[in-house]
Amino acid sequence: MSAHDTHASHDAHGHDDYHHANEPHSTFSDYMVGFVLSIILTAIPFWLVMTKVIADRQTAVLVLGGFAVVQILVHMVYFLHMNGKVEGGWTLLSTIFTVVFVAIAITGTLWVMFHMNANMMPTHSNMPAMEQAAKPEAAPKASP
Amino acid sequence: MSDIRTSHGAAAGALAPREYHLAHEPHPENGTALGFWLYLMSDCLIFAALFATYGVLGRSYAAGPNGAELFELPLVALNTAFLLLSSITFGFAMLRKQLGDVKGTLLWLAVTGAFGLCFLSLELYEFSHLIHEGAGPQRSAFLSAFFTLVGTHGLHVTFGLIWLLVLMLQINKHGLSTENKRRLMCLSMFWHFLDVVWIGVFTFVYLMGVL
Repeated sequence: MSAHDTHASHDAHGHDDYHHANEPHSTFSDYMVGFVLSIILTAIPFWLVMTKVIADRQTAVLVLGGFAVVQILVHMVYFLHMNGKVEGGWTLLSTIFTVVFVAIAITGTLWVMFHMNANMMPTHSNMPAMEQAAKPEAAPKASP
Repeated sequence: MSDIRTSHGAAAGALAPREYHLAHEPHPENGTALGFWLYLMSDCLIFAALFATYGVLGRSYAAGPNGAELFELPLVALNTAFLLLSSITFGFAMLRKQLGDVKGTLLWLAVTGAFGLCFLSLELYEFSHLIHEGAGPQRSAFLSAFFTLVGTHGLHVTFGLIWLLVLMLQINKHGLSTENKRRLMCLSMFWHFLDVVWIGVFTFVYLMGVL
């Protein structure tokens, strides 16, 4: 109850709380800047792939990933009005947490899954190789 | 000084002044935006799992068709354009809302819905085309992961459209009330968030799949 009273005192609009801090005043120019940037950042990757400009797959993947990251940032700033001030920074903080989590989940999954063969328990087909590798270690123990 | 001493002395008593009750509490003015944002972030985790799954299975074709044979980039580019246009028209609706213009808001929301519907129909056309060609989700691990990831995004867009329609009816009936403004703000976040996810989809699934 008292919390409500304090708002009203420092909020000139009184009842219209929703406009106050959590929803920054969006402007036409903000949306247009975001829109034009997104068109450019979408068009370039499509053009790169459709005309096969980059021959090397590895390079192409890195370039496309870079464009995606930049476009996501553009959307966050111009469409979702992300900044450090909204909700006292909690929005930004939860976003950073999510980004870190997503990065760990995706790179971790890919890293583990594409190194499965190297990290597997020895199967029957590569057993002899394992035994041979173990022999020099086993020999000194067996001699005394 | 004497104030502090007396309050400490009285702390043991039942009538201790509630010193923790500040005149200006650091109290969030409205938790809805943050709460909805947290929902979006948790939704982000669902998509992260699906992207990771696609990343692992995306090249397991089981001797079936691969991305380069299946994906039609002009179609995907058109779909991307639809979603991007729907994002900016939603922005225009939000600008009309700020001016308190009910008719303008409804008009731009209708345009947004139309673009969303175009996106969805094109995606359903693509899906039915793939299934018709025998490249359905049961064909290979790649296609299972593809249908799950893109289908989940499409499902989000579907529910966004239903939400949009219901909200338009409510705004039509009750005007731009505080509740409707709050709902509009949440839907706007949801809609822009879906566009952000789509950036990941068209980059990592379609463009990199064709490489």
